[in-house]
Amino acid sequence: MTEQPRLAEQNATVALPEPFIRWFGEKGWSPRAHQIELLARAQGGQSVLLIAPTGAGKTLAGFLPSLTELANRPRRKPGQAHRGIHTLYISPLKALAVDIERNLGKPVEEIGLPVTIETRTGDTPSHKRLRQKLVPPDILLTTPEQLALLIAAPDARRFFEDLRYVLLDELHSLVTSKRGHLLALGLARLRNYVPGLQTIGLSATVAEPDELRRWLVGQNPPGAMAGLITVAGGAKPDISILDSEQHVPWSGHSARYAIPEIYEAIKRHRTTLLFVNTRSQAELLFQELWRANEDSLPIALHHGSLDVGQRRRVEKAMGENALRAIVATSTLDLGIDWGDVDLVVHVGAPKGASRLAQRIGRANHRMDEPSKAILIPANRFEVLECRAALDANYLGAQDTPPLINGALDVLSQHVLGVACGAPFDADHLFEEVRGAAPYAGLARETFDRVVDFVATGGYALKNYERYARIRKTVGGLWRVSHPRVAQQYRLNVGTIVEMPELNVRYVRQGRGMAGRGGPVLGKIEEYFAETLRPGDNFLFAGKVLRFEGIRENECVVSNGAGANIIVPSYAGGKFPLSTYLADQVRGMLADSSRWQALPEQVADWLRLQKEKSVLPKRGDLLVETFPRGNRHYMVAYPFEGRLAHQTLGMLLTRRLERANARPLGFVATDYSLAIWALDDMAALFKAKKPSLAALFDEDMLGDDLEAWLNDSWMLKRTFRTCAVIAGLIEKRFPGQEKSGRQVTVSADLIYDVLRSHEPDHILLQATRTDASAGLLDVSRLAEMLSRVRGRIMHKHLEQISPLAVPIMLEIGKELVNGGANESLLMEAADLVEEAMGQR
Amino acid sequence: MNFSLARTSLIAEADLVAIAGERAVCDRRGVLYFPDLRLLAVSDLHLEKGSSLARRGALIPPYDTGATLLRLQAVIADYQPSIVISLGDSFHDGGGAERMHASFRERLEALISGRDWFWVAGNHDPEAPADLPGETVRELAIGSLLFRHEPSKERVEGEIAGHLHPCARIVQRGRSVRRRCFAGDGGRMIMPAFGAYTGSLNVLDRAYAGLFRLDTLMAYMLGAERIFAISRSMLRPG
Repeated sequence: MTEQPRLAEQNATVALPEPFIRWFGEKGWSPRAHQIELLARAQGGQSVLLIAPTGAGKTLAGFLPSLTELANRPRRKPGQAHRGIHTLYISPLKALAVDIERNLGKPVEEIGLPVTIETRTGDTPSHKRLRQKLVPPDILLTTPEQLALLIAAPDARRFFEDLRYVLLDELHSLVTSKRGHLLALGLARLRNYVPGLQTIGLSATVAEPDELRRWLVGQNPPGAMAGLITVAGGAKPDISILDSEQHVPWSGHSARYAIPEIYEAIKRHRTTLLFVNTRSQAELLFQELWRANEDSLPIALHHGSLDVGQRRRVEKAMGENALRAIVATSTLDLGIDWGDVDLVVHVGAPKGASRLAQRIGRANHRMDEPSKAILIPANRFEVLECRAALDANYLGAQDTPPLINGALDVLSQHVLGVACGAPFDADHLFEEVRGAAPYAGLARETFDRVVDFVATGGYALKNYERYARIRKTVGGLWRVSHPRVAQQYRLNVGTIVEMPELNVRYVRQGRGMAGRGGPVLGKIEEYFAETLRPGDNFLFAGKVLRFEGIRENECVVSNGAGANIIVPSYAGGKFPLSTYLADQVRGMLADSSRWQALPEQVADWLRLQKEKSVLPKRGDLLVETFPRGNRHYMVAYPFEGRLAHQTLGMLLTRRLERANARPLGFVATDYSLAIWALDDMAALFKAKKPSLAALFDEDMLGDDLEAWLNDSWMLKRTFRTCAVIAGLIEKRFPGQEKSGRQVTVSADLIYDVLRSHEPDHILLQATRTDASAGLLDVSRLAEMLSRVRGRIMHKHLEQISPLAVPIMLEIGKELVNGGANESLLMEAADLVEEAMGQR
Repeated sequence: MNFSLARTSLIAEADLVAIAGERAVCDRRGVLYFPDLRLLAVSDLHLEKGSSLARRGALIPPYDTGATLLRLQAVIADYQPSIVISLGDSFHDGGGAERMHASFRERLEALISGRDWFWVAGNHDPEAPADLPGETVRELAIGSLLFRHEPSKERVEGEIAGHLHPCARIVQRGRSVRRRCFAGDGGRMIMPAFGAYTGSLNVLDRAYAGLFRLDTLMAYMLGAERIFAISRSMLRPG
């Protein structure tokens, strides 16, 4: 604290140009301390990480060093060459770049600065891109993919020669993905062009700021860090959990029970933002709200599968405050500031505490006023999770996924991109790449294998030398072998690989597959469309649609109706429960004094569990066994997220098979895992064949994991992503499918062939690493197994326990068609009655 | 090792299908065997597809020819046929046979030797494969059977063809299963593609229009252990 006055004195000497001071004065504002400090540090030549809550004037702070420098720059004389880009702003979302252009343009105009600001995204027309190359703007707002493309252009070095600052917005969300790896490599390249380049990172609160600080600067010497400025949080948000009069369901994600209460809340506020975790939830909620919408309030829907035009219309209406409510998924997440939102409703569990903080930030973008939010848990476990998230938010605890080592498929793409820009020397490029924080630990041997992969595929069987994409020339430089290679690279750049999708094409009813030329409503995953029969009704874009059939790359639909409506599930839509929240939830279960904060019916549920079975201690793992029907069930409660539970389920089932317990299946949720078998597993554990401790031993992550992995669809899915990013197979573009399945080679076939002939190929290595971290969540599972060693609590019961009801209701959920819904409901009702001991 | 014993033990009466009166085995590995003729038919090997795509910049693993030959070796070892018909598109393009690695060429020649081997011309390989033994034909009639690459537009009883790479799809309990398949209506049979990198096209696609009597069309889907005969009413497009 003693530093504070000195800082102010120092700040007084910071050159804030006169027009800026006047502008602040006219607005009746004064520059905030962190804005001035950032300016001072940047003027001193430092790269800086600014951590501040939403509404703290982060964006203006980030641009101040650029704007003040540009304000003092002498004007270009006629006839002088055009100057290059001065400041590059990179954001994870196209929409954010567009939004910043609008928000930054206003002060620039009011201050009267001679500064040009333009965006460059995938939507920018080609004539404008061309013009930007000839007459670059001073400030270019863009995305990581566009940076990769700019670097792969032959004139890249000249284009960036005047670059002074790179501004990275929402850095905490960028760095955790492969896009972050691509961006880190791009930054390393920019530092090569401009050695004195300064970076400014803007981030929400994170648990490990040092990781981001290293990320911002070159890692030679290793461990170098950017400066850090932290702004304390603003007013505490006003968050409540809906304490519903209605019955809170045991399982499911629809939160249908709370619709009347949500609708009342919308009516009481100006504009309400409703967030859900998945697109299918968004569709359902939207549908239910309109069913309740007696006053015909303008309520809109926004998610990533919808047609771009429709999304833009919703965003525009939102900006004009023409909407009363918007149902949205993560496409509207992050720091976008639209309209006059005075309430955020979060339906379903918020999963990660930092995600919750982000979303609450939507409401009321002024730092000193509290934001208002209501959490709507969709089921009873979510009530616990919401409560934990709420406590976490007040505690200011934030979690982001840990940073992982740079992916090799991304490096492959980058190496090819660099070659497309200019010939490279392998030694120099290796040093440059190691300067990027995610690749600081990269071994030279691995790097050389990547270069070999880019050149000829890197196969042990040297068959493709004559088809090499890049070649080492006499001077020792690697060059692209053919202009076609650069063309292909440009079409495939980026790290976001969508699962195969079909356009949803609307035709008039009764025309069937013969109908032509209706509008495209959006995109749907191919594998969902494949489970539909002509005549099936499903929910999409807020409408009930009738499935007519699949025509080439289109899913043809007409107006639908009826009672049995299917909701598409989107594979990418589920977030795992964060480690931090999982621990909080376990803590709440163990401590009955905290149940007072829970709704009465949920507290009752836990009390009943304590009475009929047991509640585990915070660090323990509870495993229940009980017979039901002619099956034997085992339910475990690790709270480690669905992905880790799925992996655990696979591995336990394999072991139980070997122990002759004759397991039949398993089901996993975010909270628990249920396995059912023909034999009595409790008897097996008692006879130590195997013991429960042996069953859950960490050694399952060795050979069992390896053996299962090789045949797993998850590995194939991951391989496809890696192969596309690495440039082995091309992205699928709309319209290409017309050539038919028999022409292209599917990634699955390539995987099978490569695995049996060269299992240690670099792309398979990359795939295994990815799958372990991503879809399998192996590290999470490993942590859990080591944590519960010697702390597994077995409870054998005569019948299902209250805590087991939610997961037992998940069994058989994949039955979506026809009248089966009725029998599922009946099954559900029976389970509940049984658990409560009412028969 | 007694060859004839090994051969008969592979074939159960139940696995036999009739094509224009001839008895044939639809093998789960994607080949057709006629025990009475000691004839084995295989279609769409697409050898050297990997190197063909590599020429155009897609450096996919160069192991497809090896993988395909290994599987072919296995079925030939099991059935010990005296006649082998490769039903066209044996190579992915005209230069495939020349590009083939020497070790693969040797393996292929060893398979051919001691048998009557026919290369039926396909759209990918209209000319005879360079310097390989075996006889190249446009089509081949044996008994009541006619072997050709592309199925003819008009109905021909006893026609065995390839070219279309059939697969079939069913949906059970909300889950979709797609497999390569033989497609036959008792009069005509279209064989699945055998090559390691060959994709497939659903039998309900319009490319198959008019080829089959729809009331008797069956898809013999390739399983891990056996063939699954599925009637048309169970099949799904896509």
